[in-house]
Amino acid sequence: MTSPTAQGAASAAPAWGLARSLANRTTRSLLSVALTFLGLTCVTFFIGRVIPIDPVLAIVGDKASAETYARVRAEIGLDLPIPVQYWRYLVKVVHGDFGNSVITSRPVLHDLLQVFPATLELALLALLIGVVAGVPMGVLAATHRGRWQDQVIRFLSLLGYSMPVFWLGLIGLLLFYARLGWVEGPGRLDVAFDDIVAPIIGMITIDSLLAGEYEVFWNAFWHLLLPASILGYLSLAYVARMTRSFMLAQLRQEYVLAALAKGLSPWRVVWVHALGNVWVQLVTVIALTFGSLLEGAVLTETVFAWPGLGLYMKNSLFNADLNAVLGATVLVGVVYIGLNMISDLIYPLVDPRARDQ
Amino acid sequence: MTDTLLAVRNLSVTYSGDDGDVRAVRNVSFTLGRERLGIVGESGSGKSTTGRAIMGLVGRSARIAADELRLGDTDLRGLGERGFRKLRGQRIAMVLQDPKYSLDPVMSVGQQIAETHRTHLRSTGRDARRAALEMLEAVHIRDPERVYTMYPHQVSGGMGQRVMIAMMLIAGPDILIADEPTSALDVTVQTQVLAIMDDLVRSRGMGLILISHNLHLVSSFCDRVLVMYAGQVVETCQAASLSEAKHPYTRGLLAALPQLGNRRAELPQLQRDPAWMADLA
Repeated sequence: MTSPTAQGAASAAPAWGLARSLANRTTRSLLSVALTFLGLTCVTFFIGRVIPIDPVLAIVGDKASAETYARVRAEIGLDLPIPVQYWRYLVKVVHGDFGNSVITSRPVLHDLLQVFPATLELALLALLIGVVAGVPMGVLAATHRGRWQDQVIRFLSLLGYSMPVFWLGLIGLLLFYARLGWVEGPGRLDVAFDDIVAPIIGMITIDSLLAGEYEVFWNAFWHLLLPASILGYLSLAYVARMTRSFMLAQLRQEYVLAALAKGLSPWRVVWVHALGNVWVQLVTVIALTFGSLLEGAVLTETVFAWPGLGLYMKNSLFNADLNAVLGATVLVGVVYIGLNMISDLIYPLVDPRARDQ
Repeated sequence: MTDTLLAVRNLSVTYSGDDGDVRAVRNVSFTLGRERLGIVGESGSGKSTTGRAIMGLVGRSARIAADELRLGDTDLRGLGERGFRKLRGQRIAMVLQDPKYSLDPVMSVGQQIAETHRTHLRSTGRDARRAALEMLEAVHIRDPERVYTMYPHQVSGGMGQRVMIAMMLIAGPDILIADEPTSALDVTVQTQVLAIMDDLVRSRGMGLILISHNLHLVSSFCDRVLVMYAGQVVETCQAASLSEAKHPYTRGLLAALPQLGNRRAELPQLQRDPAWMADLA
């Protein structure tokens, strides 16, 4: 028998409890975000210090006199003590000032805001493909464990794990673009469609829909589909594999037996009860997958000439454009922090146990 | 007590594994009327497997064989998954050991009860909800409206087991198999849950199979007792006369029970006789 106090404690309205736990979580995650961000800037700052590129030399050139060199060195504050330099760097970063890019000679932040939506568009569609196909595949593999469905799905996952993405990209272009002509080639748009739609949020598919330019949308979509599918295949491989093992663990639980014992169809037991519990674990996996998609974008964007963050980072690296590299690194770090926050907020929605903490 | 709800004759369950076959249940026979039948035995004696075989829940690696396996007038032998699905919950249901694990943690308990109703009676959401609330009241839960929206982790063990009983009885089965229904509960709550279950089973004229390793519980609660050892029934007797059981295994179990006020340093160990298995090996 439950004691009256225990019953009373649990009687707080569920909506209020949810709001309060959300507030608690937000405070806690804001604190951890601040700490993580501090760590991140520490890392990028010290990378900037130890990397064998002399920022003064990059400005004055190697024919400058010793006085000029010393003057510029003092101007950009490299003669100050390290902690002071870090503090100045931190203040700048917090204000969104990553300095100017050497290649584009524009502020790095400006460049990042321009290239990031292209990557986001790619990664979002890739994630959608990975989750929409990967979760059902994982479930199917688990429910048909050891049978041919399982073997096929595991083989496909393994392939997705082990194929280098640039190779898949090249083969994909060769087959689906050059041979079959099913999709459009590299880049985000055909030249003929350039500059028709003014950027609103920077994702061409969405901007063109908002502007009602459906021809542009379809062109952009067919350009997007192949690189997104190839990236999506990577996340599918991971998501399917994790879903399979989570599902196998859930199917061994007693509540599955109880659900069968009350006469539910195996279909309902798997897709409603067991999968409902699998989602709790999948939230983190999907957030991490999204992060790794941003990293995977570096190679994919290079192969597909996709003007996103990955291509920008690659070009900056090859041209020793330190400000741009560090700025992009901070951005990727910030995205990871954001993903963690989002998954923290999603938890209570899929897991009632998380609402009560 | 007259009409037979369940008839089992020479039921065997065999699991085929990598190291050959394991015969978990060997030639078990019994009938169940509108009564309370206890099945006792040590771990691995096949009592749970017997219960699950009747519900068709033994898994794909198991083979079931029987000369007779009849639920009312339905022959359960060779019944497919679809056929069993109609029976489970509606004709025969099962209460499992620990509500902490046997309720879905991410669905509210009310919805889990209503789900059984919707599945079998094809009822609307509102009807199922009303039936679930009535059922919660029937298992003596105060304030069913509030408990309906609670999740399994928010209810106590005793309350969880009453939810489980409600979930299993809402579609009106004839038989309830209770597999160690109170082993995970506090001692103080055990009798209460048993009383609620007994009350419902009697008032609905159901048959109950109580599977337990607890001899005291079974002898005080049931009408008849089957004693199982190594997959076979070694003895059947009236619960009240369990203390006069003849089989050496049952006698051994009884002798191994600790007694209040008896300050014995060591309980006698059960001496197993290979001959107990010889007749059916």
